[in-house]
Amino acid sequence: MTTGTTYPHAPGYVAGDRPQIVTSRFQYEDSYTLERYVATGGYEGLRAALARPPADVHEEVRNATVLGRGGAGFPAGVKWGLTPQGVWPRYLVVNGDESEPGTYKDRLLMERDPHQLIEGCLIACYAVGLSQCFLYIRGEMAQAQERVAAALNEAYAAGYVGRNILGSDFSVDIVLHWGAGAYVVGEETALIESLEGNRGMPRLKPPYFPAAIGLYGKPTIVNNVETLSNLPWLLRNGAEAYTAIGTATSPGTRLVAVSGHVKRPGVYEIINGTTTFRDLIYGEEFCGGIREGRELKTFVPGGGSAPWFLPDQLDLPFESKPVGAAGSMLGSGAIMVMDETTDIPEAALTLVRFYAHESCGKCVPCREGATWLQRILERIVAGQGRPRDLQMIYDIGQGICPGDFPHASSERLGLEASPFPFRMTTICFVGPSAYTAIHSALTLFPDEFEAKITRRDPIPLSVAVAGAAS
Amino acid sequence: MSDVQANPDDVEITVNGKTIFARKGELVIAAAARHDIYIPHFCYHPRMDPVGMCRQCLVEIDSGRGPALNPSCMVTVAPGMKVDTESPTTKRAQEAMLEFLLINHPLDCPVCDKGGECPLQDQTLAYGPGESRFVEEKRHYEKPISLSELVQIDRERCVLCDRCTRFSRDVAGDALIHFTERGNQTQVLTFPDQPFASYFSGNTVQICPVGALLATPYRFKARPWDLQWQESTCTACSVGCRITVESSRNRLVRFQGVDVDPVNWGWLCDRGRFGYDADVIEGRLRSPLLRKGGELAEVGWSEALREAAAAIQGALDAGGPGSVAVLGGARGTNEDAYAWAKLAKSVIGTDNVDAQLGDGLDPTVVLGLPQATIDDACGATTVLLLGPDLKEELPVLYLRLRDALVRKRTQLVELGPVATGLTHLARASLRCRPGEIGALARAVLGDEAANGAGHDADELAKVRDLLGAGSLVVILGRASLAESDRFTLDAAAAIAQAFPEARFLPVLRRGNVRGALELGLAPGLLPGRAGLDDGRDHLAASWAGVPAAPGLDATGILTAAAEGRIGCLVLLGADPLSDFPDRALAERALSGAARVVAVDTTTSNESLRHADVVLAAAGFAEKPGTTTNIEGRVSVLAQQVTPPGTARADWMIAAELAMRLGGDLGFTSLAEIQREIGAVAPAFAGFGPHLMGTAELHDGVVVPVPRRRLHDVDLDPEGTGDQAAQAVAGDQLADRTDEPAGEDHPAGRQPDGAELAASRDAVEQPYDEATATETAAGSAAEAADAEAASADAAASGPSSGSPRPLLQARLPVEPAPLVPVDRYSLRLVTSRKLYDAAVSVSRSAHLRVLAPGASLHLSPHDLDQLGVDDGASVRVTSARAAVVLPVRRDPAVPRGSAWVPFNQPDEPANALIDAGQPVTDVRVETL
Repeated sequence: MTTGTTYPHAPGYVAGDRPQIVTSRFQYEDSYTLERYVATGGYEGLRAALARPPADVHEEVRNATVLGRGGAGFPAGVKWGLTPQGVWPRYLVVNGDESEPGTYKDRLLMERDPHQLIEGCLIACYAVGLSQCFLYIRGEMAQAQERVAAALNEAYAAGYVGRNILGSDFSVDIVLHWGAGAYVVGEETALIESLEGNRGMPRLKPPYFPAAIGLYGKPTIVNNVETLSNLPWLLRNGAEAYTAIGTATSPGTRLVAVSGHVKRPGVYEIINGTTTFRDLIYGEEFCGGIREGRELKTFVPGGGSAPWFLPDQLDLPFESKPVGAAGSMLGSGAIMVMDETTDIPEAALTLVRFYAHESCGKCVPCREGATWLQRILERIVAGQGRPRDLQMIYDIGQGICPGDFPHASSERLGLEASPFPFRMTTICFVGPSAYTAIHSALTLFPDEFEAKITRRDPIPLSVAVAGAAS
Repeated sequence: MSDVQANPDDVEITVNGKTIFARKGELVIAAAARHDIYIPHFCYHPRMDPVGMCRQCLVEIDSGRGPALNPSCMVTVAPGMKVDTESPTTKRAQEAMLEFLLINHPLDCPVCDKGGECPLQDQTLAYGPGESRFVEEKRHYEKPISLSELVQIDRERCVLCDRCTRFSRDVAGDALIHFTERGNQTQVLTFPDQPFASYFSGNTVQICPVGALLATPYRFKARPWDLQWQESTCTACSVGCRITVESSRNRLVRFQGVDVDPVNWGWLCDRGRFGYDADVIEGRLRSPLLRKGGELAEVGWSEALREAAAAIQGALDAGGPGSVAVLGGARGTNEDAYAWAKLAKSVIGTDNVDAQLGDGLDPTVVLGLPQATIDDACGATTVLLLGPDLKEELPVLYLRLRDALVRKRTQLVELGPVATGLTHLARASLRCRPGEIGALARAVLGDEAANGAGHDADELAKVRDLLGAGSLVVILGRASLAESDRFTLDAAAAIAQAFPEARFLPVLRRGNVRGALELGLAPGLLPGRAGLDDGRDHLAASWAGVPAAPGLDATGILTAAAEGRIGCLVLLGADPLSDFPDRALAERALSGAARVVAVDTTTSNESLRHADVVLAAAGFAEKPGTTTNIEGRVSVLAQQVTPPGTARADWMIAAELAMRLGGDLGFTSLAEIQREIGAVAPAFAGFGPHLMGTAELHDGVVVPVPRRRLHDVDLDPEGTGDQAAQAVAGDQLADRTDEPAGEDHPAGRQPDGAELAASRDAVEQPYDEATATETAAGSAAEAADAEAASADAAASGPSSGSPRPLLQARLPVEPAPLVPVDRYSLRLVTSRKLYDAAVSVSRSAHLRVLAPGASLHLSPHDLDQLGVDDGASVRVTSARAAVVLPVRRDPAVPRGSAWVPFNQPDEPANALIDAGQPVTDVRVETL
């Protein structure tokens, strides 16, 4: 009701002049109710869409170049176009299994503005002619589940979802599904497996996109919560208004979730392609600088799977190309900030432990390699590291990601950037992600590892097997 | 092999700089393997869908966008693709994967069953990094835990390749094991309280690339390098799976499946795989037995044979040849069957011979209908099952058919009394009660007068459309042993008449029953699919005589014996008390026969209580020979161990008895029998010892074989590939006989008219008098000449031998009348489970615990009507007997029927059945 109310993990910012596409209702305490939603322009995007032929709506989204906000940044309009013609049923699956370390923007979207997501789903279903929508919400997000469920009930009762929506010929059902707590299910094919009732393990590629063969073997669009939440605004205001924000290659806004050693961690809606990391971390309207006036040591620019950046890279904008060239990725929009007091090997261990725990167990390099990395790192952190362990870490990384691995440049170390992406021996990105943090830490802060290695025991002689291939 | 001519469909790719031709759609790893380029792997298995889990088969593949590491088990070949399996990048990836796999793998190879034949060991040696850098503690689990009675798992050794779990889910269709937990803690386990009770669990042990899955019967029994082994053929049922028989210190310790395309694809059922101890544990006969003072006592062979011959001679003297009868013979080799057929029909002169025990089909139907192979069935537009549950009776045929159904290569229609293991995959499955199958088949085919067993016209029309959709293969067998085979034959006759192009795959269960019928162990038949009259002339040279008129089948023999008309009953590995559907009749017959002579491997055979003389026979893997499977496929049986004591092959016993009866079978070695079979049995023309050990017999050959093909193979030991040889032979046959070219299986259809006579010439040509005479003369040198003569004759084209008609199936012309059931009764259905009280199961320590036991299965509706709970005991009363059985709720059974498994321990279902009645009705009462 009142503006400027603060909530945990929600910025207390005043909208000011910055455009708000998906967070415009965050200022209201009852933002999640149908009443508030409709009072603030809710479901008008859907009405606007229903007034036009589906192909038009699809074209509008294509023209707006709505980049996928799940991590890969694939344009939603293009993804929709990958569905084969004339095959029914076809499904929309909403990826609400947000679990990338540091990322919590989708949770806020579902908790604060569930109707916006539902409206986005309806617009997508209408534009692509999808028969049914499955809304997959991460198992741990209890409040998001409650809010979305309540909103869906309201929407059904008000005739926004179900048969003959708003009196039109368009009918679609939305089914809610709670995840069971697996990081890898955020990968779209693993999510589909989970939805089908199988173990959440990624499917083999090709097919690279489930658009042709997805849920129950039928064409399936898998979209992120934030991506879909953009659609009501887009349909209300048009692609032109949308592309007027941000840059040509990255139009619109995006949500970033900042955590770590900043004064005001939280979710912020920044402008794609123009806002820089420096703006975000130091800007008074955003995080307000490092806590207690300390120095920034390093930060993760795109979720736990992204290689780390140094203060050298602060002036990069939120645009995937320059970030990729600098050796990292924007990923899911999670920024983790570490100040000068951070123990780098321990920070790396925290992330490696996560990925080792979350490996689904399908590919050998991820299943075995991630745990191995974790245990070596635990040993190093506990003061039991051996000099050869550092080389072994690189070798294990080579087993998961053969060839050059991306990292940032460092003036201090005289290090050139190694650009994104990398090669991998696993099916999905969980394996490489397990190596990312430790690679960044070891490459950018080798001295901190050296300092931890206190054992100087002679290295046990390895026994070479005669006749073994070399 | 890269110089092989390119097929237009082939895809040219480069592997390690060498150009090879891959098949369209082939995986890179498979194409490389066919060209002898081995890519290390664990999860890939050529008979299962790839899963890409182990990442060991990563190789550098360049599809035009530069080389990149890709799993070769997931990438299909594309023109111009360049594959490098030896590049530094590939090598590094292979080393890395092996290092990852080994970090948590225990180093207990010295006590691991797999040590010595372990893919992980072998590939580590060949492709591994050569040193271990892992200093952390390895993952630990409880050492082997039992998943079932037969399989244990050591999770520490498991590399999580998904082979066993994929096999269970995708191939066997019973996903009883699965991954549990996640990431580094992923394990293969059963679901809580559900054992790995699959009929196919042993396959997972065989395909496990490490020693994680262990077969309880084999565990710690031998080291791979101590094993001696040969390829052989499983005779646990009549599918004829190729196996290796493996022994250590002259004891069988393991059977493994061998991958052959036409039959088992490397799979085995657990009954076949683990039943090998049945011939070695207690009760095994080491020498002949003679009844003295009421007890069977060990005696020497001369005494036993003298007594046996005296028993036969006594019957001959008292009642003529018709008072001697031979039951059984389906458990021996083809050569055994031929020897016994010759002894019975030529030396003794009786035609009262039957290898089936009233549980099969008319032999002329088995041999005389247009034949289909397993491959034919799996590739037909529609398969019609008129028979038993294949999963229970012929498990590997079930696997093959299931694969074809799951992959939509064929569609299944079932007509039968209860649901089967394939019902859920069938396009249509119509139930009827025993006695109604013929009427149902006619109703399906549009006969409006026929009783459609309650199915409406739409259902019937749908089935009719499915049957007429294209090529049709009928799987024909006995769906219930409590009804006369007459009704099934009615149905077969209706189908054969409506679809003249339909082919039939007869499914009889017992090991070499097909071979026994092919070689004359059936009333009215002579070796090689000849009737008595057809064979009389051409056998005159080598046989002392041929019975004048057809004799009695098993039911007739037992009835005659019960009436005291049989002076000597010979049980050739037969146990009529257990296997004949009418136990009371079998009891009376065994008591009523004046003398009973048994040839057997064991004293556990219940019917031996009545035997006067028991002659000790060699069992499976104890004698060489050949066997014939359900398709008529002849393949080799290997002798791997020596028979216990003085037990010997059945054919030797036959030859000895012939001598003592004043005759001479005319052979003293296996080779001589094989040569004689090739010469006198029309369907086996060209068969002979020259085929033993050839690549040709590896997959087995389906009889009758175009003779030309066999000789081609003989002259061309290099071989030109099975398909090629078959095509060539087929063409040549077609050329000579004016048959349409491209007929894959000349036996698979019934030629008529002129075509018939011509094709017969081709098949029966080596039958000329000279060959037969020389063979009968018997000396080795002459026999060799005979073979040459036969080959010469073959090359000289059709001879002028008198044409003989091919065996005609005796199908009923008039349908049998329906038998009404009164409203207080249920109609009895009885069929076999995989594990029953058969000698081969009950004598195996591994398998005997798996028999489910007798019970009465009712539809949920009928159970509710009865008002008792699942598991309660009820009294089941037929016209013959009353038994008490536990009752089970079973949705597979339709209303109005009651299913009882046949031949289970404790309460034999055959006590309820009267073989003289067409069907059996029972009343069920609560106690």
